[in-house]
Amino acid sequence: MKRIYVDEKWCLGCHLCEYYCAFANSGKDDMAKALKNVKINPRIQIEEKDGISFAVSCRHCEEPLCVKGCITGALSVVDGVIQIDSDKCVGCYTCVLSCPYGAIMPSESDDGVVQKCELCLKNSHGKPACVEGCPNRAIIYEEKE
Amino acid sequence: MSKYVIIGNSTGAIGCVEGIRSVDKSGEITLIASEPHHTYSRPLISYLLCGKTDEQRMKYRSDSFYKDNKVRKMLGKTVVSVDNNAKKVLLADGKEVPYEKLMIATGSVPFVPPMDGLDKVKKRFSFMTLDDAHKLEKAITPQSKVLIVGAGLIGLKCAEGINDKVKSITVVDLADRILPSILDYEGSAVVRRHIESKGVKFYLSDSVKTFEKNKAALVSGAEIDFDILVLAVGVRPCVTLISDIGGKVNRGIVTDDKCRTSLKDIYAAGDCTESHDVSSNTNKVMALLPNAYMQGETAGINMAGGNAHYDNAIPMNAIGFFGLHIITAGTYEGESYTSTADGNYKKLFYKSNRLKGYIMIGDIKRAGIYTSLIKKRTPLCSIDFELIKEKPQLMAFSRKARKEFLAK
Ligand SMILES: Cc1cc2nc3c(=O)[nH]c(=O)nc-3n(C[C@H](O)[C@H](O)[C@H](O)COP(=O)(O)OP(=O)(O)OC[C@H]3O[C@@H](n4cnc5c(N)ncnc54)[C@H](O)[C@@H]3O)c2cc1C
Ligand code: SF4
Ligand code: SF4
Repeated sequence: MKRIYVDEKWCLGCHLCEYYCAFANSGKDDMAKALKNVKINPRIQIEEKDGISFAVSCRHCEEPLCVKGCITGALSVVDGVIQIDSDKCVGCYTCVLSCPYGAIMPSESDDGVVQKCELCLKNSHGKPACVEGCPNRAIIYEEKE
Repeated sequence: MSKYVIIGNSTGAIGCVEGIRSVDKSGEITLIASEPHHTYSRPLISYLLCGKTDEQRMKYRSDSFYKDNKVRKMLGKTVVSVDNNAKKVLLADGKEVPYEKLMIATGSVPFVPPMDGLDKVKKRFSFMTLDDAHKLEKAITPQSKVLIVGAGLIGLKCAEGINDKVKSITVVDLADRILPSILDYEGSAVVRRHIESKGVKFYLSDSVKTFEKNKAALVSGAEIDFDILVLAVGVRPCVTLISDIGGKVNRGIVTDDKCRTSLKDIYAAGDCTESHDVSSNTNKVMALLPNAYMQGETAGINMAGGNAHYDNAIPMNAIGFFGLHIITAGTYEGESYTSTADGNYKKLFYKSNRLKGYIMIGDIKRAGIYTSLIKKRTPLCSIDFELIKEKPQLMAFSRKARKEFLAK
């Protein structure tokens, strides 16, 4: 399956991936309108310290502990992609407790359902916006063995 | 003859179906359960009462689950005994169902200790099943004064579920703090203040001495008027199908890391079992949904001839009350580190170069990074422990470990 891979060697710490992610998932078609004066809560997030930086998003694990532990069945595996049904999710955060990478998180919505990277397959972008937006190819989307 | 027979229709049972089907696409599966409903998420019964879900959305798997997985279901049927010599189970209606491999995922039932005058209370409820939730919902009115005995997860989830629909809720518990199984004293006080701010009243280190029809006299001398009583004192694993035929049982059914019982071709999963907690290195009942799933799936794979082990179980819990979120995991032993920054509460427990357990209240972001340290027994000297104490982050790992996480 095609997955997102991050190489910290190339990461500039520019945070553009975060903005592209927030835009792709905003449901709006104008980037300025979508992001201006908004505190973004992207599904890919940069960690940085002492000149090191890298992006973290869902690994679409082969052993997805989030899916197995989900108390409602809101998380599922669809053709290898770990998807969330926000209609079923109740925001219990058992998946936050389970994910070893810290890659699933509460969303901004009032009911506190979780959000995670779904490879932009469900939004209008159709393919990972973070990958396209990364100016230095520190995030790639490809098939490995 | 059915190749696989599964008793139960909740998390452990569903995990077992999915485990079997990951190996064997066609072997006949028969699933038998007392509850008549489509598989549903038990923890959601409180969300149902406060309107945050409905019966359709609380289904644990889709409407076509049994069909898609070729499961013959026998719902509303109770198994009364297992004959492990003849390899068949006997139902209450007299029917017999033969098996090659058997799964016991019978869960637990409420435990009601003897209490003086309890039989005088007419409106008395437990809070474990969808039917319990419906009965309670029918009984409550905006005038109801509800008494809940038990300040554990189930009692307090019940309180949250009905708080907006009743006049008052009083909770009594023998323990000196609420949620004693998952919280330390300070953490418990934080959550208690929050729940109290929603109007729920607590009597702790106290218990009911005698019940009258609408009154409870507590040991402390306090008297509580009520018209609805919810008993959430504790649960008891359903082990009799195994203990009756000489299978090994302590508090729960004893299982190994392949989720086998001590009896040939019989497996068990979920709240009815006891398994190994790697954080404390002891065997215990870990009555939690993720654990039930993992055990069920592991058993299913093994029942179908695969080879799976579940050898990194720990107690772990994510739960929220009135918008305040709590995540806890592992065992609270060894040295501790506490942080109360920004109104949140966090405590980490560590010993012998390992993270043993943690409590997070309020800010629960990325908690799973801590959970993983406990489960994998990661040596703390191999990471930047000072950094990860501040907040869960992958930056605290070595560059090599990060490459493993993110680039592979
Ligand atoms: C109110 C509430 C809130 C909860 N919240 C959480 C939470 O937030 N997070 C969490 O991790 N866990 C939570 N739990 C615990 C969680 O629900 C259980 O861990 C989980 O349901 C265990 O699944 P199980 O398959 O072992 O058993 P159960 O869910 O108990 O199911 C047992 C099944 O076996 C059937 N059965 C039993 N005996 C027989 C028999 N003799 N013949 C036929 N059928 C039989 C029953 O009908 C039932 O279908 C909560 C529980 C409750 C009650
Ligand atoms: S959310 Fe976490 S556990 Fe789930 S698939 Fe993604 S990385 Fe894996
Ligand atoms: S927060 Fe939502 S997706 Fe995560 S475990 Fe709970 S119900 Fe499932």
